[in-house]
Amino acid sequence: MSSTTSTPGLRNQLGRVRGLGSAKAGSEHWWMSRVTSIALIPLTLWFIFGVLAIIGDGHAAALHWLRKPFSAIMMILFVGATFYHTALGIQVVLEDYVHNEPVKLVSIVAAKFLCFAFAVAGIFAVLKIAFGG
Amino acid sequence: MSNGSRPLSPHLQIYRPQITSVLSISHRITGLVLAVGSLVLVWWLLAAASGPVGYDRAAGFLGSFFGLLILFGWTYALWFHFCAGIRHLVWDAGYALELSEVYLGGRIVIGASVALTILTWIIALIAW
Repeated sequence: MSSTTSTPGLRNQLGRVRGLGSAKAGSEHWWMSRVTSIALIPLTLWFIFGVLAIIGDGHAAALHWLRKPFSAIMMILFVGATFYHTALGIQVVLEDYVHNEPVKLVSIVAAKFLCFAFAVAGIFAVLKIAFGG
Repeated sequence: MSNGSRPLSPHLQIYRPQITSVLSISHRITGLVLAVGSLVLVWWLLAAASGPVGYDRAAGFLGSFFGLLILFGWTYALWFHFCAGIRHLVWDAGYALELSEVYLGGRIVIGASVALTILTWIIALIAW
């Protein structure tokens, strides 16, 4: 009768098939780290080529580049993917090397706040340029 | 918890550095360097958004000796993390996991990241 009789331990079959433990995250951290890294391959190449094309050309050239809709969209994606990937990476480093539990928790939350804030700041700057502010 | 007299397994300083371990920690270190570099990117974007005066100040700092040093380190960290990251994706897909392939991949990562850094700076200095 019980759905748990055929499975070991106390987890039921629905819990097992969803693959989510008590953290409710499963493999999402690992997976999003890979997804953002794949996204960053073309975005990074675009960024390098774009910067090399305007290097030393001054403010007007930078604005001319970032005002193009394609450039603005790519830069927003680059900033967003970069800080998403950075937040995931810093979390792993903190989890590995910070052994004091309260300090670890606070530093991970602080790192996530900072990454989110810097992503918003970068995207705001691109939008301000793109909309001609 | 006391671990005063318990025997400990050999730790990092006991082992000879190998290409596998050195590249592994380098991937981590370059990731942290890039986290700092991305702050420079946001600062540069905000400077561009602020107007020509702010932009010239930012460009002036980045074009100074110290600024160029930061940009050079950032470029190498970027290309290293880029190449080593692709190597990780190849492993995640289940390829190149034999030890000989791991060594070869490591050498390719070192060679490619150095070559891409030099190439980027040749183009940058010509364009500048």
